[in-house]
Amino acid sequence: MAKELLKGNVAIAEAAVRAGLEAYFGYPITPQTELLEHMSKRMPELGRAFVQAESEVAAINMVYGAASTGKRVMTSSSSPGVSLMQEGLSYIAGSEVPAVIVDVMRGGPGLGNIAPSQSDYFQMVKTAGHGDYKQIVLAPATVQEAIDLTLLAFDLADKYRTIATVLLDGNIGQLMEPAELPPMHEVRKEPPAWAVSGAKGRKKNVISSIHLQPEELETFNRKLQAKLKTIAANEVRYKEYMIEGAELIVVGFGTAGRVAQSAVKLARAQGIPVGLLRPITLWPFPEVRLSQLADEARGFLVVEMNTGQMIDDVKIAVAGQCPVEFYGRTGGVVPLPDEVFAAIARLDQATLPASRIPVLNG
Amino acid sequence: MTTLPVEQLVYQRPEALSDVHTHYCPGCLHGVAHRLIAEVIDELGIRENTIGVAPVGCSVFCYNYFEVDFVEAAHGRAPAMATGVKRVLPDRIVFTYQGDGDLASIGLAEIMHAALRGENLTVIFINNAIYGMTGGQMAPTTLPGMKTTSSPMGRDVETSGFPIRICELLATMEGATYIARRSLHNPTEIRKAKKAIKQAFENQIHGHGFSLVELLSSCPTNWDIPPAEALKWIETQMVPVYPLGDFKVVKN
Amino acid sequence: MAAKGRIEIDAEHCKGCELCITVCPQNVIALADWFNAKGYRPAQLVDPSGECTGCAVCAVICPDAVITVYRTVTGRAPVAAPA
Repeated sequence: MAKELLKGNVAIAEAAVRAGLEAYFGYPITPQTELLEHMSKRMPELGRAFVQAESEVAAINMVYGAASTGKRVMTSSSSPGVSLMQEGLSYIAGSEVPAVIVDVMRGGPGLGNIAPSQSDYFQMVKTAGHGDYKQIVLAPATVQEAIDLTLLAFDLADKYRTIATVLLDGNIGQLMEPAELPPMHEVRKEPPAWAVSGAKGRKKNVISSIHLQPEELETFNRKLQAKLKTIAANEVRYKEYMIEGAELIVVGFGTAGRVAQSAVKLARAQGIPVGLLRPITLWPFPEVRLSQLADEARGFLVVEMNTGQMIDDVKIAVAGQCPVEFYGRTGGVVPLPDEVFAAIARLDQATLPASRIPVLNG
Repeated sequence: MTTLPVEQLVYQRPEALSDVHTHYCPGCLHGVAHRLIAEVIDELGIRENTIGVAPVGCSVFCYNYFEVDFVEAAHGRAPAMATGVKRVLPDRIVFTYQGDGDLASIGLAEIMHAALRGENLTVIFINNAIYGMTGGQMAPTTLPGMKTTSSPMGRDVETSGFPIRICELLATMEGATYIARRSLHNPTEIRKAKKAIKQAFENQIHGHGFSLVELLSSCPTNWDIPPAEALKWIETQMVPVYPLGDFKVVKN
Repeated sequence: MAAKGRIEIDAEHCKGCELCITVCPQNVIALADWFNAKGYRPAQLVDPSGECTGCAVCAVICPDAVITVYRTVTGRAPVAAPA
């Protein structure tokens, strides 16, 4: 299909529709409302379910209900609305029904503002609501990636009966770029064996996250963890830029990663041996690859649009082998390449091996 | 020819009711409500097409007691969950079963909006004027002056407001097409309640819109009176505050 | 001829809540003097004079659906006279 100029939010919505989405439930919140509005037109056009729910709380529970039937369902929101969804996410996780969430992050905490940020990393990457669980988190940096990762989210959610979240900052939701949409997929006809659909000719199915006996709940949690382990072994994704011969590694995702890429290009032009690793999956995190890079590198610079969240995961992967520094802007401010370049240069100076420090006269 | 006396079966437990021991307290009217719903499901022949949505409360385990597909909702969210199921499976019969904390407190937005949208659902609302599962706290349906563990001096309307009348509220909504309040405090009322439940399910079968049946029920354990006395308490204390009857009947 | 009724109670699932006893118009139900496996004294039919009419209000009020009700009516179905 040909490339079109697409707005991020709209591209994600249309990609989901073409992935065979059968139900969308959402609530308006800036900066992702265009996604809901696109759905409000497209889903009824195709005879599929659309509800503007009374709140994000209601929306995520409608997702939970529809997901229990095994159909492809989705919601989208932004940071404060996603906070409201935490309960629903935990129930979805604990019932092992597949669902796709899109979080278009804005400045926080609290009401914050409507400018872009990456400060939901902890909220979305470390957990899926309360309890011991992780959701798959995919972080696009371009509109094309947003389309591709939306499709991937549905496939992964169905494959593993888990939550797959597309996590992007408001910048990507709002900007328009040339991108290619996929063709229309068919919606699945038969419900999966575990789904509720009316107990016709079979024993009843119950979708629930309750396990009253502690030992049973522990067993269930171990089963969930085993599933997460399988996902972690098979689904890590990342992109590297100018990584050959890099002694300094910049790590950034989404828009921060994109800005960092420009800064890395600038720095390389100045002779600084730096490369970029841009995680695509924030969970499962590319810790193995980062650990490998840490064997050779003399420093890491983590660039984020928050006060330092992903940096914790980078530090865990690097395991103290070399310094891990941070450069970030928050509150909705987007860092620019020259700021990141300056941070790279500082890291370069601070971590130069003794043999390379210029010797003064004398 | 002579005719000999013949013994006929007059009543037996419905098939849609699972043959298991329930965790409800002795004399708890949840059991009666469950049984009526199961009888209606049997009579309407919809067992294989029905999906129930369980609440949080004493009836959190009601998915163990019906031979139908069930989903377990977060507290108060059953109408939203039911909306999700019904919108993708519009030809199935979807019902929620909710207590007064679930429906009238934390879930108030969800039930209002499901009714406003006219979702083609059936809601069974159990009103026993108290929070049972968590040990007897005040509910939005608790009567003025009623002692509970979180209103130990009796519900003070000055600080805690007045009870909520769900049927009267929902009846104002165009999307709501069958709203009824019945009671379970004696066999006559129970028979009337069953008729209302049946009408509420038929309402959905015919695609007429949102229906809710509120059932005045007891909580002997947390009211701290024996089950038989609890029946009297419903009749003398609750019915005056929550009048029985049909609040909305819309026939298309 | 007056209908004669009979009830069977699933004693192991009965919780001895006594609601059936409360509503029975014929007063032919009473709690047993023994305990079932759950520790409840189950209700039982105590009807030496055949007062039960099979009205089924006990079953209507039973929260545990443990009561099965039978009614004996003079059959209209013809039965061949013994040869």
